[in-house]
Amino acid sequence: MNQELNTGNTKIMNRFDVTSRLIAKLKHEEAVIGGIGNTNFDLWAAGHRPQNFYMLGSMGLAFPIALGVALAQPDRRVFALEGDGSLLMQLGALSTIAAMKPKNLTMIVMDNGIYQITGAQPTPAAGVADIVAIAIGSGLASSAWAADEEDFERLVDDAMAATAPSLIAVRIDDKPGVGTTRRDPVQIRERFMHGLGVRQPL
Amino acid sequence: MAIAELQTQGSSDGSWHGIVLQTLKRNEISLIPYVPDRVLTPLIKNLHADPFFTTFATAREEEAVGIVSGAWMGGRRGAVLMQTSGFATLANVLASLAVPYQIPLIMFVSERGTLGEFNYGQSLVCRTMRPVLDSLALEHHTITRLDELEFITDRSIKQAVTTQAPVALILNPLLTGGKVFDK
Repeated sequence: MNQELNTGNTKIMNRFDVTSRLIAKLKHEEAVIGGIGNTNFDLWAAGHRPQNFYMLGSMGLAFPIALGVALAQPDRRVFALEGDGSLLMQLGALSTIAAMKPKNLTMIVMDNGIYQITGAQPTPAAGVADIVAIAIGSGLASSAWAADEEDFERLVDDAMAATAPSLIAVRIDDKPGVGTTRRDPVQIRERFMHGLGVRQPL
Repeated sequence: MAIAELQTQGSSDGSWHGIVLQTLKRNEISLIPYVPDRVLTPLIKNLHADPFFTTFATAREEEAVGIVSGAWMGGRRGAVLMQTSGFATLANVLASLAVPYQIPLIMFVSERGTLGEFNYGQSLVCRTMRPVLDSLALEHHTITRLDELEFITDRSIKQAVTTQAPVALILNPLLTGGKVFDK
């Protein structure tokens, strides 16, 4: 049903495939924040990097956490991966990011219109709300649907050179994540801080 | 009111908000997302006026917690300012982010709901705050006296950072004057 929404000719892609395409492009120790559930499971499955942070709760906070990293390290590119259901929890964060204008932050929304992990119930936005229109309306002018995988890669390239925050929305299928993140929050946080050069291992 | 609300500079004027600002600065806490509160207004105003700080409003308190958590991991210290009712929205993010990931989350909570509260809802939500903090065994202090403010704030920030654990500093009406019905 949600595919009838006015989102252009966006192809239905796959979260793991799109995440892997993003990771393959990262050559400068860019930070990546993976939102709760399948979003970070596929980030994990795409191959662990020390600059990855995996959320194990606090649904909806991938973009705020990424904003904090971006403000702390303005010279590092920061990517945040979030599901549509998670984003709906914290739409106000889009305006905060638009107001703060971090030039190094790129937000990627994986939109399947469902809470896949809880039993594929449709979100309240499915079929009625357009996430890119919400983002633009929240002040994030540089927001776009990826038409297909090639377009996604092009948008990522653009974002890497951008001087304003950008948001890329991707229509994805209803497949679960490919892997399962090791649920070790202290180690995740510590490794991430090593990866960002904030700390050295003991 | 004895509170120096009309002060535009928060530096060493002896006011509660001047002491908080200077203590934040001394501890290199520079990122200050907040959801506003009437009582916090002079502090927020002076933080905005001081270029040392990056001070900005967020739509929700848990968003602010996410931001300072990310900043901490990126090597920058922050603190969140909020009101009692805002703290009541934080149980999930405390239990799923700040505590398990060992983030030294520094929270300043302007205490509504006690010592002259006029809004029944505020007085009820206030009663949920300490049980939530205690249920997670989080460090918290209720600051009532100006002469104890700097000591408690400075020591608590240092303890949060060195023990990698959250702390809530509750600013009681005895310290700030609170919010009364005619305001």
